[in-house]
Amino acid sequence: MKTTLAILLATSSLLATSAAAQSLDLEKEDLTLGFIKLTDMAPLAVAYELGYFEDEGLFVTLEAQANWKVLLDGVISGELDGAHMLAGQPLAATIGYGTEAHIITPFSMDLNGNAITVSNEIWDEMKPNVPLMDDGRPQHPISAAALAPVVEDYLDRGEPFNMGMVFPVSTHNYEIRYWLAAGGLQPGFYSEQDISGQIGADVLLSVTPPPQMPATMEAGTIFGYAVGEPWNQQAVFKNIGVPVITDYDMWKNNPEKVFGISAQFAEENPNTTIALTKALIRAAIWLDENDNANREEAVQMLSRPDYVGADAEVIANSMTGFFEFEKGDVRPAPDFNVFFRYNATYPFYSDAIWYLTQMRRWGQIPETMSDEWYFETAADVYRPDIYLEAARMLVDEGMANEADFPWDSDGFKAPTPASDIIDAIPYDGRTPNAYIDSLPIGLKSGQTVLDGEIQG
Amino acid sequence: MTAIDPSTLDIEARRARRFARITKADGWFRVLGLAWLTPILRAAAGDNPRAQLGEVWRLLGVPLVAIGVFVALWATLAPQVQTSLGAVPGPVQVWEQVGELRQDAVREGEREAAFYERQEARNAEHIANGDTDRVRDRVYTGKPTYYDQIWTSIKTVFFGFLVASIVAIPLGIAAGLSVTANAALNPLIQIFKPVSPLAWLPIVTMIVSAVYTTNDGMFSKSFLVSAITVTLCSLWPTLINTALGVSSIDKDLVSVSRVLKMNTYTKITKLVLPSALPLIFTGLRLSLGVGWMVLIAAEMLAQNPGLGKFVWDEFQNGSSQSLARIMVAVFTIGIIGFLLDRVMYALQSMFTFSNNR
Repeated sequence: MKTTLAILLATSSLLATSAAAQSLDLEKEDLTLGFIKLTDMAPLAVAYELGYFEDEGLFVTLEAQANWKVLLDGVISGELDGAHMLAGQPLAATIGYGTEAHIITPFSMDLNGNAITVSNEIWDEMKPNVPLMDDGRPQHPISAAALAPVVEDYLDRGEPFNMGMVFPVSTHNYEIRYWLAAGGLQPGFYSEQDISGQIGADVLLSVTPPPQMPATMEAGTIFGYAVGEPWNQQAVFKNIGVPVITDYDMWKNNPEKVFGISAQFAEENPNTTIALTKALIRAAIWLDENDNANREEAVQMLSRPDYVGADAEVIANSMTGFFEFEKGDVRPAPDFNVFFRYNATYPFYSDAIWYLTQMRRWGQIPETMSDEWYFETAADVYRPDIYLEAARMLVDEGMANEADFPWDSDGFKAPTPASDIIDAIPYDGRTPNAYIDSLPIGLKSGQTVLDGEIQG
Repeated sequence: MTAIDPSTLDIEARRARRFARITKADGWFRVLGLAWLTPILRAAAGDNPRAQLGEVWRLLGVPLVAIGVFVALWATLAPQVQTSLGAVPGPVQVWEQVGELRQDAVREGEREAAFYERQEARNAEHIANGDTDRVRDRVYTGKPTYYDQIWTSIKTVFFGFLVASIVAIPLGIAAGLSVTANAALNPLIQIFKPVSPLAWLPIVTMIVSAVYTTNDGMFSKSFLVSAITVTLCSLWPTLINTALGVSSIDKDLVSVSRVLKMNTYTKITKLVLPSALPLIFTGLRLSLGVGWMVLIAAEMLAQNPGLGKFVWDEFQNGSSQSLARIMVAVFTIGIIGFLLDRVMYALQSMFTFSNNR
């Protein structure tokens, strides 16, 4: 009798589960989502391949985009319903830097996953400045201070020192700037009149779409770049460059890409938005579960030509917990790609605020803004409310663990301690202006860039 | 006894008829690029085999040898060029990728079938639950296969070419008939003809995005952008050749039309079009060729579906198979371009009596 009851209960709860999964009344079921050929688009590929989208009643077409600009325009025009985006893109679009449009993010796609690579020639010139470990291999993390004398040589000879990043408001732009500035090099400012970002620069940074980075460096147009995987490991495999630092070594567990949708889409299709978020959370869980046990399978998915398309062995390097610096110098990097643990998918306001502080630091935000402005802008774009609603449904349906989500978070991560950041300057999202003023290179409160000069 | 046996005469007549038929078929063989069939048939029909063999050698043997030499050169030279993606692929690797792409298409087909199975199961469940309004039949959301990409490109080029022809032929006739119209059109033709497709593309993209705002209309935006770019670039050869064909009509014919007091419509349909047709078709052939080249470039730059996107995606993938796959696409593009030209040539031969190109 007892067992029958138990079975009955179990069946009824099963029925309830499947009913719950179908209970969202979807406003839009056919969606087109954009992505760039990078390993951190993995949650999208996984949600598609493992049928998580279909479980939610969504029929998704995934489309690779040529570059970040095309992708952003697609989301703004509605040609794409959503996309794998640079964290800076929804923020910049919402505050009107570049194309103005209100874009939100209910889901953060990953932590870490980028690196900075220099060409073989530059590495040869840099290497003598890098301290060695006992076994003769260079000691990591490598500071840009090792690059500074090389850049100086170039400048003395009157030659510009060019490096690449993927988009003006990309994580990579801010990361390479952070690294250069931490090593005493000036990466240059933006101003309202001059949006090249090269005002007063020692190192000239310019935009190249991620998959073209290795080819552009091979052609000699740039001497190095900051980009996501697999395009750093590709440089190693192709024997054209050496990654010098990963973003994990610059700032442990730094926030990376987000999933962006237009605010209008979220408003008109609230249930679809939740369903999308649910599918993506499930994909992220799958990517990290059992100590990254599924990563090998994820690598096989990503290596298909319609997703990232690079050779599986290149993608596997970083995805399965290793990173190869100089050819043969493979080091463990278990947290190089984080998709779910450490609350990676929760859209923290403090992450948004860090991006905004960097926009201000380099002049993309021309005027000093109040701390409140940072909080309000972050809350306008990052939407933990949608995220938690989706997470709650997953927990209720038995597809996620209650303990895995920060239910009571106020949206601010604990401040990053000095020891987790390469230049030992701690970051606290609650005090954006004080943080900006604590960075040695960059604009401070009250300063603006006018006619190529810092004023104030 | 009469000198000639009637049966021999009969055989002779039959033989002559057979040769006449072969000569007639030869016209078609030429159109289809199978000219080498004629001497083989002639030899089979009893013509001097030696002379025919020479013809076969010239028409079939020499091209085959040339292709063989090309492949051999390619196979020996390619491995000597080292790129960062490995050696340049030779014919064997490229052929392997043809198989790979076919495998991809087969796999995608299986996934598609599975998708429809799931859909049917879902729909059946909805019907069983009485939710008939939730029953949906949707098209598979997976990746386009290589064959899909080819088909998309062909559809796009024909659509763009059709629009170009509809615009260019009437304009060309007007320019050919009237000196004033010609004076008006000429500067525009001279200025716009040399514009590269890559310059048109941003303009077309912006305008289509602004004008064609619906997202679920008959055409997708990317299709329209590619097709209109093709139209803008492939317009000119047809226009110029039509104008030339129309303006160079025999003056006597024009005088006749005056004597007969033909109205403009009759004059165009009965007189202008038939005599200008060979040149119009020459223009159309050139246009289709230009359109095909332009389309691939447009697809590459705008990431619109089709062979161009396939090439660009593979370039971006940078995997060890990418170069070979791009080469497969290059041959596909070349062969399809050749076939398109043959189709137009065949049409031209059907509609015009003289085959002067």
